[in-house]
Amino acid sequence: MLRYYLKLGMLSIRANPALSALMVAAIGIGIGACMTIMTIQHVMSGNPIPGKSDSLYYVQIDSWDPNNEYNGPNELPEQLTYLDATGIDAAAGDEFRVVWSYKSSRILQPGDGADLPFEVRTRATSFRFFSMFALPFRYGASWDAAADRNREQVVVLSSALNERLFGGGNPVGESVTMNGDVYRVVGVLEPWLPVPKFYDVTNNPYEEPEEAYLPVTVAVAAEHDSAGNTNCWKPFPGGYEAFLNSECIWFQMWAELPTAADKSRFEQLLAAYVEEQKTLGRFPREMHNELSDVMEWMQDNEVVDDDVSVLLGLAFLFLVVCLLNTIGLLLAKVMRRTKDISLRRALGASKQTLFAQYVVEAGLIGIGGGVLGIALTWLGLRGIENLFAGYDFVERLVTMDWVMVLLAVGLAVVSALAAALYPTWRAANVTPASQLRIQ
Amino acid sequence: MLKMTKVSKIYRTDTVETHALREFSLEVQEGEFVSVTGPSGSGKTTFLNIAGLLEELTSGTYELDGRDISALSDRERSKVRNEKIGFIFQSFNLIPELNIFDNVDVPLRYRGFAAPDRRKRIENSLEMVGLASRMEHYPAQLSGGQQQRVAIARALAGEPRFLLADEPTGNLDTEMATNVLDLLDEINGNGTTIIMVTHELTLADRAKRNIFVRDGRVSDGPPEFRLAAAGGQG
Ligand SMILES: Nc1ncnc2c1ncn2[C@@H]1O[C@H](COP(=O)(O)OP(=O)(O)OP(=O)(O)O)[C@@H](O)[C@H]1O
Ligand SMILES: [Mg+2]
Repeated sequence: MLRYYLKLGMLSIRANPALSALMVAAIGIGIGACMTIMTIQHVMSGNPIPGKSDSLYYVQIDSWDPNNEYNGPNELPEQLTYLDATGIDAAAGDEFRVVWSYKSSRILQPGDGADLPFEVRTRATSFRFFSMFALPFRYGASWDAAADRNREQVVVLSSALNERLFGGGNPVGESVTMNGDVYRVVGVLEPWLPVPKFYDVTNNPYEEPEEAYLPVTVAVAAEHDSAGNTNCWKPFPGGYEAFLNSECIWFQMWAELPTAADKSRFEQLLAAYVEEQKTLGRFPREMHNELSDVMEWMQDNEVVDDDVSVLLGLAFLFLVVCLLNTIGLLLAKVMRRTKDISLRRALGASKQTLFAQYVVEAGLIGIGGGVLGIALTWLGLRGIENLFAGYDFVERLVTMDWVMVLLAVGLAVVSALAAALYPTWRAANVTPASQLRIQ
Repeated sequence: MLKMTKVSKIYRTDTVETHALREFSLEVQEGEFVSVTGPSGSGKTTFLNIAGLLEELTSGTYELDGRDISALSDRERSKVRNEKIGFIFQSFNLIPELNIFDNVDVPLRYRGFAAPDRRKRIENSLEMVGLASRMEHYPAQLSGGQQQRVAIARALAGEPRFLLADEPTGNLDTEMATNVLDLLDEINGNGTTIIMVTHELTLADRAKRNIFVRDGRVSDGPPEFRLAAAGGQG
């Protein structure tokens, strides 16, 4: 019977091409709007490091001004001072895997002189950064603990920077000059684009990762300024040395704590550290330490733009409006076909049979709307590139996957069926004889 | 086979109540060929629609094959319509988007016959009405008489025991009408019970039994009707 219904559905769609096209368009546009925004929200709120997101914890302690809360009641400073980053790292020793880092920038002077000097965004961190966040290497590897300790002038390049400097070849062992300092290349990454850029969300959670990675010990010794947020509450005398010893916060710290026991031991370590510092006259506020895993940290930072949620709401409203239109169009169609319906009733179609026939027809319209919706989603995502110009991840959005295609068609079919319910019910309740009399 | 007892049908609109049938009683036996005549608006079509389970009755009882049809669900009524009853409408009522083959196929689809069975039935019934060569045509490509024959083929394809025809020749010229009547005679000869509504006494005359309806009741009818009725019986 399904094949018969499909045939009737196709016939009916062909018999009313204008009405059918309008319905497909209404559903398609609604689906397109929804899917575009849903995709963006999905990608924005996705888990950037699925395998490890439960065991990586962002570290916060309250080192702030006794007279002013950091950013409102119960808000902790988002970053750490140099004193605390080094202090906690030292306390953790080899017992815990801890990584601290900050964003900076350097002027890179290409060796052959063919290219003009240009700015590269750098991340100053320790050797553990690469394994903790599972960065993929194409050539070479991370530097080691000794390099951190001995302040070796080493660098790991992003895939794009390697492309630019070395044409994508293997540069391990080559040197790179930045701000007059020479660094030895120890590794090159594969393209790596975590969305959001979870390990440091302080500026823009959707920007690309940095292009070069250096030991933080080297960066601090060479007085590389932070290119991210730096917040201070306590005045300090000028100079880099004083800055390092100030209460200014500019480091992000993560700890890898695979088990609950690890986590509670690390909490104890933090508490002990803060207590110790209090005896030294620091930490004037009440002790408040926090460990947030990756997804908690993303939520705390509201990395998914509020605008997106508003847009999503609007898109769904829009879909509802489109569906109301579809209901109207379907009703018009049913009303035009009461004669056919009442004839079929007379010839033995039960209400159920007719209902099924019209549901199949609505399903066909829904599939049409879904296909159109996918096309519009694709266009919509292209258009979004302008709207979210600052977010580098957008390029990745435009490649739609099968899940999304299925979701679009599924949503369209469900929408079409929902829209079809009332008109179909009306169709099934046309009395068999009413339209067959000749008056 | 068909037994109506004091059947009433009232059409209600906001302002008007129309008593289309008033305590209409009639019994029809298996194999009969009954013609129904009467003035316009007397309730002939209403009677036929109720007989064919197309409309609900307001009061009274209607038994078909000994079963009180008021007890049936929509599904069962649809099944009875589909299996036992064939309809021929005055205005043919073919589906314009379907070709002749598919038009005749409609009730067979709802019956759930397998494809080869359906094809055989469609071919046989179109053969019977002389239109086997036109299966691929669309209704608009046929004359009125041919369309009515397709409608008859559609009514017969499921081999109903009961054929209801509402002015089947109303839109046809005399020659065509005679053809259709011959066909109905033949069908009745095969054992199918037929009830036919008609305006034309000469056609009514060809039935084995004549009923006259006036004001929603079976009545004696005017003198010329009684004459015709007597002739038909003789
Ligand atoms: N759906 C309806 N709503 C209201 N009144 C109706 C409806 N159908 C029929 N009627 C009325 O019921 C009465 C009987 O109508 P019916 O169609 O049975 O007459 P008929 O004998 O078939 O007439 P004709 O010979 O003109 O076809 C008429 O007065 C008609 O106006
Ligand atoms: Mg009538």
